[in-house]
Amino acid sequence: MQTIDANKMESVALNAALRAAGTREIRIGHCVGQRYIGTGLSDCFLEIDGTPGNALGAYLNGGVIRVRGNVQEATGDTMNGGEIVVDGSAGDATGYAMRGGKIFVRGDVGYRCGIHIKAYRENRPAIVIGGRAGSFLGEYQAGGVIIVLGLHEDGRPIVGNFCGTGMHGGEIFLRGSELPARLPAQVRAEEIGTLPDEAEALVREWCSLFERDPAPLLRTHYIRLTPDSGNPYRQLYVGN
Amino acid sequence: MSMYLPPEFEVVRSAERCVNCRLCERECSFLVHTYDKKTGRMRADSAKCVNCHRCVCMCPTHALKVVKSDDAYRPNANWSMQTMHEIYKQAESGGILLSSMGNPNPQPVFWDRLLINASQVTNPPIDPLREPMETRLWLGKRTARIERDAQGRLKNTLAPQLRLEVPVLFSAMSYGSISYNAHEALARAAEELGTYYNTGEGGLHRDFYRYGGNTIVQVASGRFGVFKEYLERAAAIEIKMGQGAKPGIGGHLPGAKITEDVSETRMIPQGADAISPAPHHDIYSIEDLRQLVISLKEATNYQKPVIVKVAAVHNAAAIASGIARSGADMIAIDGYRGGTGAAPTRIRDNVGIPIELALAQIDQRLREEGIRDEVSLIAGGSVRSSADVVKAIALGADACYIGTAALLALGCHLCRSCHTGNCNWGIATQRPELVKRLDPETGYRRLVNLVTAWKHEIQEMMGGMGINSVEALRGNRLMLRGVGMTDRELSLLGVRYAGENM
Repeated sequence: MQTIDANKMESVALNAALRAAGTREIRIGHCVGQRYIGTGLSDCFLEIDGTPGNALGAYLNGGVIRVRGNVQEATGDTMNGGEIVVDGSAGDATGYAMRGGKIFVRGDVGYRCGIHIKAYRENRPAIVIGGRAGSFLGEYQAGGVIIVLGLHEDGRPIVGNFCGTGMHGGEIFLRGSELPARLPAQVRAEEIGTLPDEAEALVREWCSLFERDPAPLLRTHYIRLTPDSGNPYRQLYVGN
Repeated sequence: MSMYLPPEFEVVRSAERCVNCRLCERECSFLVHTYDKKTGRMRADSAKCVNCHRCVCMCPTHALKVVKSDDAYRPNANWSMQTMHEIYKQAESGGILLSSMGNPNPQPVFWDRLLINASQVTNPPIDPLREPMETRLWLGKRTARIERDAQGRLKNTLAPQLRLEVPVLFSAMSYGSISYNAHEALARAAEELGTYYNTGEGGLHRDFYRYGGNTIVQVASGRFGVFKEYLERAAAIEIKMGQGAKPGIGGHLPGAKITEDVSETRMIPQGADAISPAPHHDIYSIEDLRQLVISLKEATNYQKPVIVKVAAVHNAAAIASGIARSGADMIAIDGYRGGTGAAPTRIRDNVGIPIELALAQIDQRLREEGIRDEVSLIAGGSVRSSADVVKAIALGADACYIGTAALLALGCHLCRSCHTGNCNWGIATQRPELVKRLDPETGYRRLVNLVTAWKHEIQEMMGGMGINSVEALRGNRLMLRGVGMTDRELSLLGVRYAGENM
């Protein structure tokens, strides 16, 4: 594995060095907020020590990015495939408009996570969050899966406001039995005792990545949110 | 109570000329024409007619015409028949009025109040047939620092540029809003003309990858069809923030229009709604915009210029100033008369400002701030002729986007019924039997003809002014004079009144 020391390197130089690296396995040391790392990569294993800046793994097409730290905003923007694993927490707009691939976050995510994620053919984007999610989680969601495990003990809600607003496809699973505040009328919520296979596999994957026992996370209740097909968002138009 | 709305048009058939061949019946997707077996004659239901003129054009004996109905309500200068009908439609349905193509209302067209200069006596005009006349230009940043290598040779530090042989590009129209054949015609014409067409936000069909060198791909809030290869195939990438016909609102392509092919191109499931949120939810500031611009450049190794397209709105100049600082290479400004495949009528007709005023103000603001060379400006939103192009360039544009004019070349008759999906000319439809009416071969030649003719006209007008390259015309407002305008309009345009000397 090749190592690039990112200390005092600017984003452009770091990303150019990444592209120029001849190997598929690269470790970035001392990452201090450099942006756009791994943009559009398709077959790399990238391990990052420190805190990458905004737009980590934008348009990611495959491969794995493992971050030994926190990530900032817009991680996995318009991601098409591959995997981003964050040992810490993630900022706002994580997984914006993802079409494929998976994002696993051990800690929390900020606002607007998973907006407009969508599935297409074999691509089913997935975001699994160990902690809690800020407001606007899964806004405009069109497909794919978002899971919030909410592994906090303080009893505060595990998602913020406006969860699933504009949702018209896909699923959101929130651990526990508490409905998010002010769910829109177009979203259907149900409490389930067992996760469907796909979601269960994602929780197991999250657990194996972050070395947690999956049993207590699977033997519990979840709130499942899906768009209410009987009550879609629909603007009534009249031809003029 | 269901209000009967008298038809806007009347289909008139000459009994003398009609041979009952029933071609009109087969040609009309709106089912206006029927054959009456009892009488052996053709009938027409004018209430269904949208006045697309397909039947008129196709009738082998020219037996048909469509006229404006003379059935009228009591004349009222305030409440037009159109306005009254809109009220009736909304009272009946409770729906939002939906329209297509550009704003048809008689609002000021400043192009028509601008006049172009010509040389007389003191400076000679140039004859473009006999002397070199440059319509080639490059779009992109022109802020390169001069650097030399160890041997003293100039290093190429210029940002990526788009080379155009003519200052006209085809504007964004998505596959979904227009047909496969329309896209093929645009792509082939762009290639032959040495210019570019724009995919719109509907993705890029694989069949058209080979025209990639003449393709601008769009990245909009829904990110439909956006992935690495899409970006790599393109000559340039356009971030769509807004559209002149519907500034500030998103898009919604209903699931029914997501056919197999459209689904593949947009990369969404067949039959699923395609919703473009009104904002990009990751862009709330110029800094956020910069992030998208740079991430697109990172994804394409800084080889592709990035365009940011915005609708012309009230603070256009300040917005453009921000975009010019965002790292974008070009700004596309779309005026409020621009076309669309579907937009709420009230938004189309009431939101935004004219391209002429926005363009002049943006160019001036960028010059004042010393950042004009950071970006090229592409103006669109009802550029109807070569004269409009010349005036736009003189007001500060580098080039113009044309959409409606290109569709007219393909056969569009501006019936403004795109939102029905029943386009009889095979343009704004996905119905296979209608799409095949537009022959991409013919369409592409007509587009090439149109733009080639405009190019010659642009050369003639420039020659008349004694200017031999479009680059030298850019921002040359002394070549324009205004008529029928107020002082305020003239000062916003930065143009003197006709008759005023330098």
